[in-house]
Amino acid sequence: MKKQSIPSSEITPKSLYLSRREFMKAAGVIAGGLTLAACGITPDGAGDITGSTATFPAASDSVDTPNTYEEITNYNNYYEFTTDKTGVARLARDFKTTPWAVEVYGLVNKPATYDLDTLVKKFQPEERIYRLRCVEAWSMVIPWVGFPLAKLLADVEPTSEAQYVRFESVFDPDTFPGQTQPFYPWPYQEGLRLDEAMNDLTLLATGLYGGELPAQNGGGLRLVVPWKYGFKSIKAILKIELTSKQPDTLWSAIAPNEYGFYANVNPQVDHPRWSQRTERRIGETGRRDTLMFNGYGEEVAYLYDGMDLRKNY
Amino acid sequence: MEHKGTLTPDKARPAALAISGRKLLRPFIHLLGLLPLFHLAFLWLTDGLTFNPIQFVEQFFGRAALNLLVVSLAVTPLVTLSGWRQISRHRRALGLYAFLYFSLHFLTFLALDYAFDLREILRLVVEKPFIIVGVLAGLILLVLAFTSFKVWMKRMGKNWQRLHKLVYLAGGLVILHYALAVKGSLATLSGDILKPLLMGALVALLLILRIPAVRRFVIRFRQRIFA
Ligand code: HEM
Repeated sequence: MKKQSIPSSEITPKSLYLSRREFMKAAGVIAGGLTLAACGITPDGAGDITGSTATFPAASDSVDTPNTYEEITNYNNYYEFTTDKTGVARLARDFKTTPWAVEVYGLVNKPATYDLDTLVKKFQPEERIYRLRCVEAWSMVIPWVGFPLAKLLADVEPTSEAQYVRFESVFDPDTFPGQTQPFYPWPYQEGLRLDEAMNDLTLLATGLYGGELPAQNGGGLRLVVPWKYGFKSIKAILKIELTSKQPDTLWSAIAPNEYGFYANVNPQVDHPRWSQRTERRIGETGRRDTLMFNGYGEEVAYLYDGMDLRKNY
Repeated sequence: MEHKGTLTPDKARPAALAISGRKLLRPFIHLLGLLPLFHLAFLWLTDGLTFNPIQFVEQFFGRAALNLLVVSLAVTPLVTLSGWRQISRHRRALGLYAFLYFSLHFLTFLALDYAFDLREILRLVVEKPFIIVGVLAGLILLVLAFTSFKVWMKRMGKNWQRLHKLVYLAGGLVILHYALAVKGSLATLSGDILKPLLMGALVALLLILRIPAVRRFVIRFRQRIFA
């Protein structure tokens, strides 16, 4: 993949990278030494870097400092490789993300298979800094490079029956040690309602921090739906299907009472394990309040007008 | 032939071996108990606490507490299997190590994870079944640790035995706590359920080995083989 026009240095000044890393060291000390008094600090020096032209949409309440490249690429939930978040990067090292091709089919007038280069040339990826909220109650801020899924969908022309989009990831137990485990209904599948998929925030990401999308972050191609819990943002997409019925998703098959189809970030809808009222931003020690729709309500709340979000969790 | 149910020390064991074994056993037990702390120190020094160190450490202490609880539950069955009664002297130390790691697990939860936000913690305790189960197990461990010393053993007499049978209940509750804390489901038996299931199977096996009839059978079997 070509390098994007915005160098990562413009997004996070190197000094800030470093100060955050130093801070993490401190957090390590706190956790290791049980120095209780140090709780609740937030990193200082969170300067006005979100003033960068690349920020989109505007950070809603607080300053959103992007996490470092190191953090984003070494703390990954990617069960196809392993359930160990720090182990993913190592296992993904040899996974080839180029060439990459995605097949778009189903209820469309013009089904097609696109390779990554074509996608990049045709749809002109841009920088988008999004918050990512994991259902496990941690969060990050990530400078993705990608293009709205809507552009790709417009290109294949969904028919009038199409109401949902189904995404399917890789399946190859020889490459993915996690897929030899019988406890997960592989391959990973996800889905969106068509209007959710058409929302301008919904991104197909092809890069990170101005560079390629690392394998551990879902390269060649991944979905990014910033107002939903992270597990909706499926990685390593090979297939995109337009359908008329609501697709099955991996996590709702595993625990339907916990992981719903919508999975919108919602501090009012509780989860049996993690409190969804608060979250820990990676790199911080204290907890933050979790925002409705992860702070993207202005852009997406209309999608759920009149819906009971407790039932449609 | 010994009569039913009693455990006689193995006379067959060479005396020298028994003595050196006894000497080595105590440091070995403490090494076992401190191993998780060494492991954590190693991870800390090698930047191995992940970018989410609070959650990592919280889970780490939880697993350490569970592991040592299981080891302490394994003592009596090990005596049954091996006939080596020396081990049972160290059951209390192992149980106390389990309590130590539970305390660190709880402190991490209270101080680091939730920064003493008592209102939020109270809400969690009321709302989340897995926390309620953990708290019950923790309370049992607290009472058992407190009454584990000789003074209490004497003072309580027969009731001490009865009270300390609660360790089985604590074991079961902790397994449930674990199974409910991970991202998976007991109902569909899928997700991250493998490790809790294996631990549960191990605890179940250890409990089965304590059933008097099973125990007598194992002892007779062992004595026939090693007679
Ligand atoms: C006051 C009682 C307790 C509380 C409040 C508590 C709290 C928690 C919490 C919040 C988690 C989830 C951490 C996370 O995934 O972010 C957890 C997991 C766990 N706890 Fe506890 N706990 C308690 C008692 C215990 C006891 C008594 C044990 C064992 C002896 C234990 C062992 C574990 C284990 C093994 C895990 C799973 C760790 C993993 O995911 O690998 N807990 N506990």
